[in-house]
Amino acid sequence: MTNKEIIALLPYSEPFLFVDSLESVTKDGAKGDYTFKTDSFFYEGHFKDNPVTPGVILSECMAQIGLVCLGIYLSAPITSEIKIAFTTMHADYYLPVFPGERVTVISEKMYFRFGKLKCKVRMTNNKGEVVAIGEMSGMMKTL
Amino acid sequence: MTTEDIYAKLVPIVKTYLPEDVNESAITPTSDLTRELNINSAHLVDVVLDVEDAFDVEFDNADMESLRTLNDAVAIIQKKIA
Repeated sequence: MTNKEIIALLPYSEPFLFVDSLESVTKDGAKGDYTFKTDSFFYEGHFKDNPVTPGVILSECMAQIGLVCLGIYLSAPITSEIKIAFTTMHADYYLPVFPGERVTVISEKMYFRFGKLKCKVRMTNNKGEVVAIGEMSGMMKTL
Repeated sequence: MTTEDIYAKLVPIVKTYLPEDVNESAITPTSDLTRELNINSAHLVDVVLDVEDAFDVEFDNADMESLRTLNDAVAIIQKKIA
């Protein structure tokens, strides 16, 4: 499965798609990036007159690239669609991400058993500085 | 290992994944892990992974599908360690 095919199978669309491209996806992990658009809806309210990417959105970006893209790859072949559910997440945040910043997400598979994928996931900014590190898991079901 | 031994070893594993609002006393040999004990599908996988480590066995997809109660788990484990 190519990286473009994986992105095409993602069950998200604007304004809630947080994957631009995938650099690599293997049985052990995924690496991809996303640039936060300066006109994203959440900057209007987070924070008032001081736009900073919300932590929940950083988590979502980490999950979409690190967990869901990898899960799609590991679940192949997918005949029609994939149903997913986010089940656990723990993360520490180190730096803010401002509008227009590009981030890279790298995940490392801990295990994928009975449809549950658990990964260590890390987000870095354009300078290579660590933005967030966490562990997350989700359930995947192919139909 | 007797049924009782296996059951005694299972209870603390299941207890780890009980939601905060479900009391340990709700665990019985016939309680349904997901419907009655309210363990979600992700934690059901965790229960199985812990059981695999504790009993040195491996569950396959068919075992997973037949797993509803602690009694089911005991039967699956017994079959594997026999």
